[in-house]
Amino acid sequence: MSPRTASPTPRPGFVLEVERSTPPILFHHGEGFRLERLPAGRSRVVYPPSPLEGLPDPAGAIRHALEHPIDSEPLPALLRPGMKLTIAFDDISLPLPPMQRPDVRQQVIETVLDMAAAAGVDDVHLIAALALHRRMTEAELRHAVGDRVYEAFAPSRRLYNHDAEDPNGMVVLGVTDHGEEVQISRRAAESDLVVYVNINIVAMDGGWKSTATGLSGYQGLRHHHNVATMLKSRSFMDQRSSELHHSNWRQGAVLRDSGPRIFQIETTINNNSFGTSGSLSMLQKREWEWTARDRATFLAMQGGLQVMSPAARRRAFQSWRAPYAITSVQAGEVEAVHKVTTENVYRQQLVAVEGQTDVLTMGLPYICPYNVNSIMNPILVMCLGLGYFFNLYRGRPLVRPGGVVIMTHPTPWEFHPVHHPSYIDFFEQVLADTTDPVEIEARYELQYATDEWYRHLYRTSYAYHGVHPFYMWYWGAHALSYLGRVIVVGGDRAAVRRMGFAPASSLSDAFEIASDTVGSRPSVTHLHLPPFVMADVS
Amino acid sequence: MRGLDFPWRPPTVPLSAPPEHVPAALGADFDTDWARRWPARMVRASIIELLWRPVVAAAAQPSRLGLDRLEALDGEPVIFAANHHSHLDTPLLMTSIPEPWRHTLIVAAAADYFFPTRPKGFASALFMGAVPVERARVGRDSAQEVAGLVRRGWSLLLYPEGGRSTDGWGQPFRGGAAYLAHRCDVPVVPVYLAGTRKILPKGRLVPAPGRTLVVFGDPVRPDPSERIRTLGTRIEAAVAALADEVTTDWWKARRRAHTGTTPSLTGPDAASWRRAWALSHRSRPRRRRWPR
Repeated sequence: MSPRTASPTPRPGFVLEVERSTPPILFHHGEGFRLERLPAGRSRVVYPPSPLEGLPDPAGAIRHALEHPIDSEPLPALLRPGMKLTIAFDDISLPLPPMQRPDVRQQVIETVLDMAAAAGVDDVHLIAALALHRRMTEAELRHAVGDRVYEAFAPSRRLYNHDAEDPNGMVVLGVTDHGEEVQISRRAAESDLVVYVNINIVAMDGGWKSTATGLSGYQGLRHHHNVATMLKSRSFMDQRSSELHHSNWRQGAVLRDSGPRIFQIETTINNNSFGTSGSLSMLQKREWEWTARDRATFLAMQGGLQVMSPAARRRAFQSWRAPYAITSVQAGEVEAVHKVTTENVYRQQLVAVEGQTDVLTMGLPYICPYNVNSIMNPILVMCLGLGYFFNLYRGRPLVRPGGVVIMTHPTPWEFHPVHHPSYIDFFEQVLADTTDPVEIEARYELQYATDEWYRHLYRTSYAYHGVHPFYMWYWGAHALSYLGRVIVVGGDRAAVRRMGFAPASSLSDAFEIASDTVGSRPSVTHLHLPPFVMADVS
Repeated sequence: MRGLDFPWRPPTVPLSAPPEHVPAALGADFDTDWARRWPARMVRASIIELLWRPVVAAAAQPSRLGLDRLEALDGEPVIFAANHHSHLDTPLLMTSIPEPWRHTLIVAAAADYFFPTRPKGFASALFMGAVPVERARVGRDSAQEVAGLVRRGWSLLLYPEGGRSTDGWGQPFRGGAAYLAHRCDVPVVPVYLAGTRKILPKGRLVPAPGRTLVVFGDPVRPDPSERIRTLGTRIEAAVAALADEVTTDWWKARRRAHTGTTPSLTGPDAASWRRAWALSHRSRPRRRRWPR
């Protein structure tokens, strides 16, 4: 049975050729914005498609997907009294920005639990599959699963965060034919059924990456979260060419053969990050479509942001909840489900782009997967720009080999002391020594990954794992080896230089700096995001 | 209002934007037929003689050279191809181009810049005799429209650079002038303008009076067997040679033209500060009487 998806296809994305009449283009700039003119006659802007229509009846679509799964028996048929059921779900890193209530996870989990209750399943655990991310707070868990679920399961410790460093809580199920250990939560491994509830916001998410990564620990993750894998992933947003996914899929095969039965539920959401109406709606409009009201709102917002303190700005931005709508839901066998999911992600995000460019520009927003309710520190700036945005391509990178990436972001030398303690040391100790991912991996990774203090903070506080900043740096390894130069506009100069990038005070300065690498009249492509757009480069 | 940029003022619509957002009656589709009828021509002639001429005389103090080179044309329709630095260029040329071309002149104007709104399009057509031309992409429709007017006896003023200079150096010539000349089999008169950028550069609203130079060159006649690209190169070289002529002397300019060493209008291919540096070393146009 085919899954239900939203039918209408609204306005597709497109590539604007910049000419003299093109108005200034919006660049995100952390907790702020810039309007920049791009060189006419040799620049283009890649705009995302408009948000797809949401499913008219999400609850009905979820139930339909569970009762008519792909390559699997219906979920009710898999549930029986006396069984051990584990429901794992994506953590705080998805979606971005966090969505308005009700969260997709809440809607799906309530339906699954409803079916489990009908089947008389008593032993149910819910696990936030956060791998080596920080633990979710009570408020964040409540937001994700809803108050009803939280209050029913959290007090009795049947709703909790995954703990990858629990010496008794993790098991190794086997080894792939490439020698990769498959490590997973003991509770999940010993369950009769694991239901994984996923949100797909970019093509990297989902599939075996949900379970093989989300419920795993350092012992399993190190086999694909490493420099060699990242250098071979072209890109990790395109599963066919992603070594990261190949490794996860090999681990998934071991899970399928030796682990618990897994029932995968994947959802896609539209790219309505800022709303089609309302105070931030101009951020996802094309500039020439801004109304007088949009312009007035933007000017007022810019004026307001200038007089706010950085902390107040951060609070204001982090309080934004996106009005996302579910565009598809599919359930069943992991790989079959994920194929459909990926197509639905591409349906929302893919834009055909002809040829590569000399200079790729991108405005980095205030949020990335690892600073929800937190601070976007310099390492995360690098990860978002060179890890995520650079990799938003299928086929070939948007920028040519040896080209230049220009990012706009304040890049403050600032870290959240609770969430990112190992990042501070990584920035002060490791990057002060070298920025070469290969050298960093060889000399420092194990020390940080096994540090008892970081381990303690990860397990008991709300800290990312000690090894996490390394993974963020590896995420950009391909871009670092591929690009001729990286320039950060408007960033803290010392922080930008520490990472080996060139600081620039304005976009025109950045083009001037870039001219050493790509000449004085380079072709320029600007990725106009968020909302997410993925370039299908021919 | 004009000094303000987006978002203080409404955005302009890019030509390559999806067509649903471009109003049908604006841009390249703006109707200018009315501006070539007698009532509008009379108004325009009055504006040229009673408004532009005294304004240009006061603000630009033009020296007009090479008018004798046009005598061989015998009044046939021509295409005037000039370098472009300033909004002052068009009034300056409208008052410098001699009869019989002056009052049968249409001006190719960027559709996105001069015809984005009805009032602006109306003023452009009436005051300048402007016809909309798409400059950001190959616009067959607008090219056909202009070609039809040239065939019907109108002469055309066109800036092959596609827009005003941003840094004082010229921009590479586009193929429009060569295409139309080849297609309509009319000569192209190269024109070199100097001094207008100092008076009213791009981005300035109030002119600062100064001196200007308008140099007409020998007409470039299209050869039916020659490629349009080659004709375009000849036109650009002719304008560059005029520039060389006024910064050095006619003889040096001719020698350099024949040896292919005429300095380019576009300046060095280097970073912006080096281009500005090189521009500052260029000789300024001298006020002189020539030919004697």
